Parts: sequence; structure tokens; C-alpha cells
Amino acid sequence: MTSRSTVGRKLLSSLFVGFCALSVLVALVPLAFVLFFVVSEGISAVNLDFFTKMPKPVGEAGGGMANAIVGTLILTGLGSAFAVPIGVLSGVYMSEYAGTRLASLVRFAADTLNGVPSIVIGVFVYGIAVLPFKQFSAFAGGLALGVMMIPIIARTTEELLLLVPGTMREGALALGATRSRAVFTVVLPSALPGIITGIVLALARIAGETAPLLFTSFNNRFFTTSLTQPISSLTVQVFTYAISPYKDWHRQAWAGALVLVTIVLLCSLLARFATRRLESIQSM
Amino acid sequence: MAGRAGKTGDLGFRMGTGAFALVLVLIVCAIGFELTRQSMLSINKFGLSFWRTEIWDPVAGEFGALPFIWGTLYSSILALVFATPIALGIAVFISELCPNWLRQPLVFLTELLAAIPSIVYGLWGIFVLVPAVRAVEAALPDVLRALPIFKGPPLGVGMLAAGLILAVMVIPFTSSVAREVLKAVPGAQREGAYALGATRFEAIRAALFYARTGIVGAVMLGFGRALGETMAVTMVIGNNPRISASLFAPQYTMAAVLANEFTEADTELYLNALIEIGLVLFVITLLVNSMSRLLIWSMARSKSAAPAEPATPPTVAEAA
Repeated sequence: MTSRSTVGRKLLSSLFVGFCALSVLVALVPLAFVLFFVVSEGISAVNLDFFTKMPKPVGEAGGGMANAIVGTLILTGLGSAFAVPIGVLSGVYMSEYAGTRLASLVRFAADTLNGVPSIVIGVFVYGIAVLPFKQFSAFAGGLALGVMMIPIIARTTEELLLLVPGTMREGALALGATRSRAVFTVVLPSALPGIITGIVLALARIAGETAPLLFTSFNNRFFTTSLTQPISSLTVQVFTYAISPYKDWHRQAWAGALVLVTIVLLCSLLARFATRRLESIQSM
Repeated sequence: MAGRAGKTGDLGFRMGTGAFALVLVLIVCAIGFELTRQSMLSINKFGLSFWRTEIWDPVAGEFGALPFIWGTLYSSILALVFATPIALGIAVFISELCPNWLRQPLVFLTELLAAIPSIVYGLWGIFVLVPAVRAVEAALPDVLRALPIFKGPPLGVGMLAAGLILAVMVIPFTSSVAREVLKAVPGAQREGAYALGATRFEAIRAALFYARTGIVGAVMLGFGRALGETMAVTMVIGNNPRISASLFAPQYTMAAVLANEFTEADTELYLNALIEIGLVLFVITLLVNSMSRLLIWSMARSKSAAPAEPATPPTVAEAA
């Protein structure tokens, strides 16, 4: 360092600052491009038909993704039904009994599960919920999404419960409440907005998942609400259309992508505002 | 609940919530167990040669997973090469250089990259990125085309497109953890450097060096993400089980072969071979992620009193 001239060192420093600023731009370019294409290509195919009509056979123009939209709603609903109780209560355990060995084990398991590739979750659920019944089903798809949601919900719940001031819990305990009473009537309610935020975030993450659905809920050309039948979803439908050779299907794929991105962004923004409100309450 | 008093109620509560927490642990164990059980046929038949064999020919009943391992490692390492400098640059810019008012919007925007679904990246990859890559490949001068890494016709689909799209998807993860890690570096480190007359670069370099364990952890976390990424890669890599050093060659990854061939597996052995690929993907990502978490955690624990939680993936809400 000492051997270099001051000018050289200052130049190197400026170059470095320039490089860092440039990296931000380089990362924002693909973001802008993706959003631009999704909106510009998708907007022309998103209309009322898209939400209310069924897919048309190849060659016939028009049609929509009504079945896939309903399918995605059913699948994410099922996923939440699996994941919310397990996720929230594990989160409660991790924060209430933070020091125990089980809590650290659960924390480790949650982080591990969070890192498992979604396609592997799909293979796992195929083994436990498709093979035994020899049938792709909405149930299996929901299970796969649920498995992915659990660690997200568990970790957010834990973090948010730890934010609730200890004095509130102690106050409840001092009044003679049992631990469960303190948690359910004092701690959980004050963290509730945050927990809901966590669930919304988990939903945003899994609503866009394709890989775990490919061989669990599979796909279905027809409208169904049956949990024991294969069911269509926006993501799998977009995949099918994207790799097809038909122009009209490509248009539909872009429209599906636009709907997906909108859902994910709305959920994320909702969660963001909720967290901000929560933090402002906490800091009071 | 209200009727129960004292210790019994507390014990019930502990057991109750503990049981749910245990489910989480059981799921992870069940994944490992189930994947092993379902791939026994292939494990017994091929043993270790499964991972050394280059030929993947389901029709002839020959299953060798080497092309997929190769493709997964190649694409993920390529993604790291593209993504790491940019991700670290972003982390440094946001945490050390940028004006305060710009910080939140930038965090939000970079983490938006993580919120976009993989399938949307894939769609964009097919119709926008791949044609662009094809044009660049075709424009490459012949002198360079003679090199082994640029061999083959300019198809567009292939390793280069996969590496690029993976890089975009990995950047938000690496940069968000690197930012957390930099936050854990005590201010005195930088102040000390400035006091000694260091330039901005030298001070930040000192901070980066101080945080090196965590930075390596952040890069590994990105690696773990890249290894398991499925849809976007499947849509742009070309899906050809042939090992090649060329960036232009269509290749295949472990995740992509699962996505493409799983529902087509018509024999028990074929299915078992695919599930074994899933098992190995599970084990590799588990090791990489655990290692990454260990590094980040040891950094956060030794350097900062605040309970940093960088191991959780970035979310848009965290930007708030």
C-alpha cells in the first residue's frame, strides 16, 4: 500500500466506487427487462376471457385460464391449511422455549427445509402422496406447497414473537396466567399482524412455484375442484404453453406470467406495508 | 385451557406446541428416508457407477448421471462467476456508499429480483434472453470460436443462457446476506482505516476482509440456490445429456431432468434412477446450505451482539 502513489490509490478507490454503482445498475437491467416484457407482452392477452374462459384446443384462438386460476387458488389454500398450524405453533415453540435442544433442532430443520430445492420437495411428495394412490391429485400438490410454506411461516412467527416486549408476557404471568394463557391471550395477539404478514409472504413465494407441482398436482385441461383429481395451476399452465410451438399459446403464457407477477408483487407490497406498520408500533 | 391451572397446563402447552415443532424435524428426516427408499432399485443395481457413467439412455435401460452432475455444477459455478462480483458490489454500494434516501428503494428493487417466480424468468429466457444470446454467439469472431469453451453452433439455448439466468436469480440472495454480514462489521474497523489515511476502497477492503467468513457464506448460499433452481434453467439450457466444456452447448442439470422426465418414466428402474438424482441433489444442497449457514452464523455470533438472521432468504418485506 505504501509503495503506491496517492494519486494511484485515489484512482483505484474511485474505480471501486464506480464498479459498485455499476453493479447495482447491472442487476436492475434484467429486472426492468423482465417486468417490461411481462407487462407489454401480457397486457394484450389479459382480458375478461382470460379469467372466465377455459383453454381452447390448439388452433382455436382465444380462451382463458379459468381452470388454472381456480386451481392455483385451491392449491395455495390447501398448502396454507397444512402449513399455517404447523408453522405458527412451531414458531411459538421456538420462541417460548428458545433455549431448549428441540428448539435449536427445529430451527436447523426449518432452515434446512427452506434450502431444499422445490423440485426435490416434489419428488418427496410424489413418493408419499402420489405413488401409493397411483393418482396425481390437488391434495398432493397442496401438500408439496405446504411443505415449502412451513419453514417460512415458522421462522417469521418465531422472529416476530421475539419482538413482543418481554414485559408484556411477564405481566401476564405475574397476574397468574399459565404460559399457554399468556401466549394465546397476550403474546400471539400482539404479534398477529406480523404473523399474518409472514403467511402472506409465504403465499407470495409459493404461488409462483412450478417445480413441486409438475408431478404432484400435474395438470388438467378441464375445470375441476376435486381434491383427488389432477388439477391445473397457473404456473404449470404457463410452462406448458411456453414450451409449446403455438403463437397463441405463447400469448396466453405471457398473460399468465403477468397475472402471476401481479399476485406476487401485491402480496409482497402488502407484507411490506404491514411490517412497516408493525415496526412503527414497536418503536413507540 | 382457562380451567387448567399451573404446571399441568404449561406442560400440555409445551408438549402441544413441541409436537407441531417436531413435525418440522420429521419432514426433513422423511424427505431423506423416502428418497432413499424410492431409489433403492437404482442404488442396488448401479451402485457408484451411476455417478461415473456418461450414458443416459432410458430406452436401452442405461442410466448414468454424470452429465447431470456436470451440468448442475457447471451452470451453478458459471452463475457464481457472473453473480458474485455484482452481488458484492451491490452489497457494498447499499451498505457503505449510497446516500441514505436511496438505500430503501435499492434494497426493495434488488430483492424484487428474488420475488419474481422462476417460471417467469424461464418464459422471459425463452423469448428474450435466448435470442439475444444466440445473436451474441453468432457475432463472435472465428478466432474465438475455435476455443473449446465457445465450440459448437450458436443455438442460443445452452450453458451460457442458463448461467446468465441463474446469475440474475442468485444475485438478490448473495447480496442480501453480504449486506447483513457487512452490517455486522464494527464501525471502528472502518474508522480505524480512515484514521490511518486509507482511501474509501482501502477502508472497505478492510471491512470485507474482516467479514470474509460471512462473505464466503453468502456466496455459498447463492451456490445452494443455483444448484436446485429448476424451471428457468430447464427452459433455457437445451436439455441434452451430453458433457461438454462449451458454453454454447445445450446441456442438462439434475433438477431439469427431474422436471422433464419424471412423468415420462415408464419403468420402475427409470423412476428409481430419477429419484436417486433427487436424493443426491437433496444431499448436496443440504451440505452446501449447512456449511453456508455455519459460516454466516459464526461470523454473526462472534462479531455482533445483534441476533442477525441472514440465513433466511431475502424477502421484499424485509426491505421495509
